[in-house]
Amino acid sequence: MSTAGPKAHYSLVIIGAGPAGLAAAAAAAGHGLDIALLDEQRAPGGQIYRAIESIPSERARLLGSEYRRGEDLVGAIRNSDVEYFPDTQIWSLNREREIGLVHGRSAAMISADQVVLAGGAIERPVPYAGWTLPGVMNAGAGQILLKAQGIVPANGVVLAGSGALLLLLAWQYMRAGVQIKALLDFTPMHNHLRALPYLPRALLARHYLLKGLQYKLDLKRAGITTLQNVSDLQADGKQRVESVSYRHRGQQHTIKTDLLLTHFGVIPHIQLSQAAGCRHYWDKSQQCWRPQVDEWGNSSVNGILIAGDGVGIGGARTAEHAGRLTALEAVRALGRVSQHERDRLARNDRKWMREEQHIRPFLEAFFHLPGKLLAAPADDTVVCRCEEVTAGAIRKAISEGHGDSNQVKFLTRCGMGPCQGRQCAESVTHIVARATGKSLPEVGLFRVRPPITPLTLEQLGSLFPDETE
Amino acid sequence: MKTDTLIIGGGLMGCSTALQLAKRGARCVILDKDSPGRHASGVNAGGLRRLNRHPAEIPLSVASAEMWHDIESLVDNDCDTRFPGQIRVAENREDMQKLQERAALVRDLGYAHEEIIERDALYQLVPALTPNCEGALICRDDGYGRPFHALNAFRRKACSLGVECHSAARVDQIDRDRKEWRVITPKGEYRAPVLVNCAGAWAGPIAATLGEPVPLKAGAPMLMISERLPRFIEPVIGAASRKLSFKQMQNGTLLIGGAHMAELDFKQQLTEMNWAKLAVSARTVLALFPQLKDVRIVRTWAGIEAFMPDHLPVISRSSTSAHAYHAFGFSAHGFQMSPVVGKILSQLILDDQTELPIAPFDIRRFRKDR
Repeated sequence: MSTAGPKAHYSLVIIGAGPAGLAAAAAAAGHGLDIALLDEQRAPGGQIYRAIESIPSERARLLGSEYRRGEDLVGAIRNSDVEYFPDTQIWSLNREREIGLVHGRSAAMISADQVVLAGGAIERPVPYAGWTLPGVMNAGAGQILLKAQGIVPANGVVLAGSGALLLLLAWQYMRAGVQIKALLDFTPMHNHLRALPYLPRALLARHYLLKGLQYKLDLKRAGITTLQNVSDLQADGKQRVESVSYRHRGQQHTIKTDLLLTHFGVIPHIQLSQAAGCRHYWDKSQQCWRPQVDEWGNSSVNGILIAGDGVGIGGARTAEHAGRLTALEAVRALGRVSQHERDRLARNDRKWMREEQHIRPFLEAFFHLPGKLLAAPADDTVVCRCEEVTAGAIRKAISEGHGDSNQVKFLTRCGMGPCQGRQCAESVTHIVARATGKSLPEVGLFRVRPPITPLTLEQLGSLFPDETE
Repeated sequence: MKTDTLIIGGGLMGCSTALQLAKRGARCVILDKDSPGRHASGVNAGGLRRLNRHPAEIPLSVASAEMWHDIESLVDNDCDTRFPGQIRVAENREDMQKLQERAALVRDLGYAHEEIIERDALYQLVPALTPNCEGALICRDDGYGRPFHALNAFRRKACSLGVECHSAARVDQIDRDRKEWRVITPKGEYRAPVLVNCAGAWAGPIAATLGEPVPLKAGAPMLMISERLPRFIEPVIGAASRKLSFKQMQNGTLLIGGAHMAELDFKQQLTEMNWAKLAVSARTVLALFPQLKDVRIVRTWAGIEAFMPDHLPVISRSSTSAHAYHAFGFSAHGFQMSPVVGKILSQLILDDQTELPIAPFDIRRFRKDR
């Protein structure tokens, strides 16, 4: 393992050290290639296996059996010839496979013959009244604190939203002895019907369903009831959150809390694939933009492959299989295995990946978010946290004739802050589409304006020292 | 559909021309292949600069500056303009010499807007500047605006006076019978006795269709912007011997340009940042303001713009048709000129003359047989 920065060139660069990236690196290793695995975190594992190498065993037990799976994935990399670089932010990627990065504090521009993007997912940002108050966080942030530092809410927590992670976190908190003041499920009741046609196929992967039911049962036994079909979430407070209100069975309720964790599903993190110019499309079922890839993970840009949740939400195990498949394809493209050999090596992963996907249509239908939640924040709700642009300001721009995301961005500065629109791009698309009656693909996404993560003038100035005016 | 004047290109020049025509009662329609201000007009650096203009541009730039200072009366909106001055810094004796010669040249032409300031005055105006600069050339009431806001203000005002602005109306064909022009677009067919070419980087083929090809080259100058900072500088800063345009915007962000070009795929309308050149740009900024080394750059972009070989625009009657006009090729310094260009074109169209000297911008200068 290297302490110096990455070299100027690699045959294969893998970005992201979660399940997809780790599996890809392990599969590509041993073929005599020069491989770098770049990851923004301090330690490998991604979000799901965060802190897998350093976690005390007692805390690991709390997280459930699936978490331990990360040990083997990380171990395979530690014992390989892959150069692993933690603490590495990628701020640029182009179609020539030039990669701008900051490792530690130093900036560099490196290149690769093949790039595998395994950047995973982000939690879907959903703006609602009070979501920017201190004390309101994503469920994912709660999980990070739990995994990395064993930090849990001391004064109890309200959990709200929709999606598998919400249930998992509730279960983990319950086991850690955290007081769950309320578990508010925003999944609409009619989703049961929507999901029903997909149930038979989902039964082929019933271990997922059974696990979900087990979590629910455990929570119930512990006296934590889930309120179903909740709507109209609002966080209130002066300096920070003091209470949460919501609607349930036609009644308005308020509950006192200094911590609200919300979760509304996850969506692919596509800023790098967008920056590289890969083609993307809107997936109605997953309610998100996805890069277009073939069965081997090849994007529309030559030499850039994408694996894992960054392609579309499939979960950790799918990501592993996809990671290995893209790695085999990259190794083939680099001339180290024949097409025949690639197909042979890929056989099991392809089969298992198909099996993994049985559950997805059911989950996507079951956790389908209502349009009202995504596209109808009140006018005074902040949508862009960086530039503090409200839904009302966005609607005003639309009413002045600006009918696509980028025009709204120009006019309102929505999406022009340091997060590059990561927090608001989707919401703006939804709001514009609803207000104009256009389809989401017509409204489009913000164009990416690198650097994807901020870069200091000194870091930028340190690049290409021989270049002059 | 039929109108008096068809304007190709919904950028600032097109909208400004339409506004001036509409003010005088003429009907016009703007055709834009995308949406108004999608390229150079909407995403340029917003400089309102007379400082260091080519001598041929000075009369127009001076007239335009007067219009910018009273922009609200023209478009009912201040376009986020500010006029804290623009400065060209001399880092050494040679720079100072160069700037003094420039100041003398402008004076000899009969203008007083550019003046030399010595070291003390410079540091009073820009205390944040690195020590040991010699002095500067300054234009005290130059400034900047916000381009997309300006574009919208011009467009909206024009529309309020009856101008129609048609987006997604790419010009596929132009021809003319005895009476009028016929322009065919995916949005339909348009007819008018007068045609104006304000198509920016896309103006070349239109001029060629009119039988007067021009050596226009599309380019994409890069800009970058920082996170917000507490205000520490008022004027816009350039340097005598470096490629730089540097200002702190109304909201505290730093906008950094320097006419470094992005890689451009013109056909696809795609730009890709040239990080080597942006690195040079960053080093230039740090040479003048070393204390900014930890300031974070949050965005870079490049707008597609028309460049002429002599870096002067074409503002001209057509040389082949009595009823066509051109305004394009501003070579990355057109924003400031847009109000006056609209006025000039409207005068050419309605009065067949203008009081401003536009001979240097005649399209015939590119004729092969000259």
